[in-house]
Amino acid sequence: MENEVAISVKNISKKFGQHVAVNDISFDVKKGEIFGLLGPNGAGKSTLINMMTTLMQPDQGEIMINGLNTISQSRQVRSQFSVTGQSATIDRELSARENLFLFGRLNGLNRDSAHQRSEELLVDFDLVQSADHSVSTFSGGMLRRLDLAISLIGNPSILFLDEPTTGLDPRTRTQMWVAIQKLVKNGTTVLLTTQYLEEADQLADRIALIDHGRLIAEDKPSELKKLVGGLQLKVTVEQNESVIPTQSIIEKVLGKTVNVENRNLTVILDNNAFNKVSEILDKILASKIMLSSFKIDAPSLDEVFLSMTVGKN
Amino acid sequence: MKNQQKASIMSTTLTMAHRNLLKTWHNPDNLSDVIIQPIIFTLLFGFLFGGVIAGSVHAYLPMLVSGILIQSILNAAAGSGQQLREDINSGIFDRFKTLPISAFVPLAGQLIGDALRLLLSGLISLGTAFAIGWRPSVNLIMIACVLILAIFIGWSTSWIFVLIGLLVKNAELIGSLSMIIILVMTFLSNAVIPIRTLPLFLQSIVQLNPVTITISAIRAIMKTGYWNTEATLVIISGIIIIAIFMPLSLMVYRKNN
Repeated sequence: MENEVAISVKNISKKFGQHVAVNDISFDVKKGEIFGLLGPNGAGKSTLINMMTTLMQPDQGEIMINGLNTISQSRQVRSQFSVTGQSATIDRELSARENLFLFGRLNGLNRDSAHQRSEELLVDFDLVQSADHSVSTFSGGMLRRLDLAISLIGNPSILFLDEPTTGLDPRTRTQMWVAIQKLVKNGTTVLLTTQYLEEADQLADRIALIDHGRLIAEDKPSELKKLVGGLQLKVTVEQNESVIPTQSIIEKVLGKTVNVENRNLTVILDNNAFNKVSEILDKILASKIMLSSFKIDAPSLDEVFLSMTVGKN
Repeated sequence: MKNQQKASIMSTTLTMAHRNLLKTWHNPDNLSDVIIQPIIFTLLFGFLFGGVIAGSVHAYLPMLVSGILIQSILNAAAGSGQQLREDINSGIFDRFKTLPISAFVPLAGQLIGDALRLLLSGLISLGTAFAIGWRPSVNLIMIACVLILAIFIGWSTSWIFVLIGLLVKNAELIGSLSMIIILVMTFLSNAVIPIRTLPLFLQSIVQLNPVTITISAIRAIMKTGYWNTEATLVIISGIIIIAIFMPLSLMVYRKNN
């Protein structure tokens, strides 16, 4: 059971005219894991989702969902999963309860189970109070929650989430994360796409990095971050003439080369280098250098991509 | 984890029709097309023109009732194109496509929902006329026949609007286009006025209008209590419309999916 494969993507390619949207991508998603597809806008994430959910046919390659082929067994495949798109597609005129009930029926539940599941999900997603209001009055966060609830009404064994938190405020985002984690505890396999490294890091057991339609790397979040080099020390000085003395202080303490860009100095911190940060700060202040910022940061998604794609494109 | 039965085409289609009716019910715009308009038109034309055209409201009603019936039903039929396009544009059809249901169920649900909306619209026009004093001179079975005839021709016409809805990408444009078509077709007919009051050149146009032919057929049934050749012709035209526009719509629908 542990290592059974829920989604198997083999050598998938898709072209739109001359543009290669997905280029020979392969990966496996195990049952019960959260798998993150991480990449910038236009990387090919949505195209991949569309092919996995039978909305599009790949030009080459094969996708199996729970052992069923997405092309030759598309109808059976569609009963294995649910998908939540980038923008919540819900009937705005109807109420939350009506939407849930209708999708329950369309997923093959009988009337009683459809009603029962709707009530459960309204409670789970904190929508009981507005259950009978027209969805058009809902806030963005409520819409996303309802959207996710609708996707769950048929108890799918696999859930595709296409950028589930894009455009949400931090509080609602955290709510969504909790909801997704709860799902996985109940045995659902989740494949989610995101542009946010933080989100993939928080949620995903494994991440596939995608850029320009290619799979750049696939691993656990912690391993991927090691590839980029973990945390960084970022120092910005006020005056141009302070750059060189600051650079030499940092290089002396850490014994590493500092990356300089205008008045910004960046250096990767190794795991045991944290205790040296205060020493660097003391020395800089002792030299009367004026700082405009001094911080330790996780590498941003941009930096992950830059370091991953350098020399490849 | 999937423990439920695979839903049958029948039950999923009915669920889609249910959705379609709920959308009409919750949308004041659609609701007014189906319910308010037949009432307003019957009252407005009855009381405004009854005296001028027939001498009294009561004398005008037997003529008006069939006119408003067809007008309301065509009006309700014209809404299907816009509703379909709004659904496609909103992305909800894409979501339906990922469900374990047949690809034609959303379209079928729309058309069954349409038939029910037409029935509602027809019943309301007849009911309003009845409320202000119209008393049919034929039995209920013939009235049911008239209603079925009207719904059938309305339903076949809705396939034309479905095709427009599938081809034109802008929902508002479809809405105003449908309204103009229906306004011209129903007012350039014998729906609310006797044809003989029109200038000659207009009379010949009006006489060729299929809406006029349908209304004449219905009036004759309501008057004599018997089915007539015109009514059969109307059924045949309905079948021809369906034979042309159903395959075309399905073709476009399949291509888009």
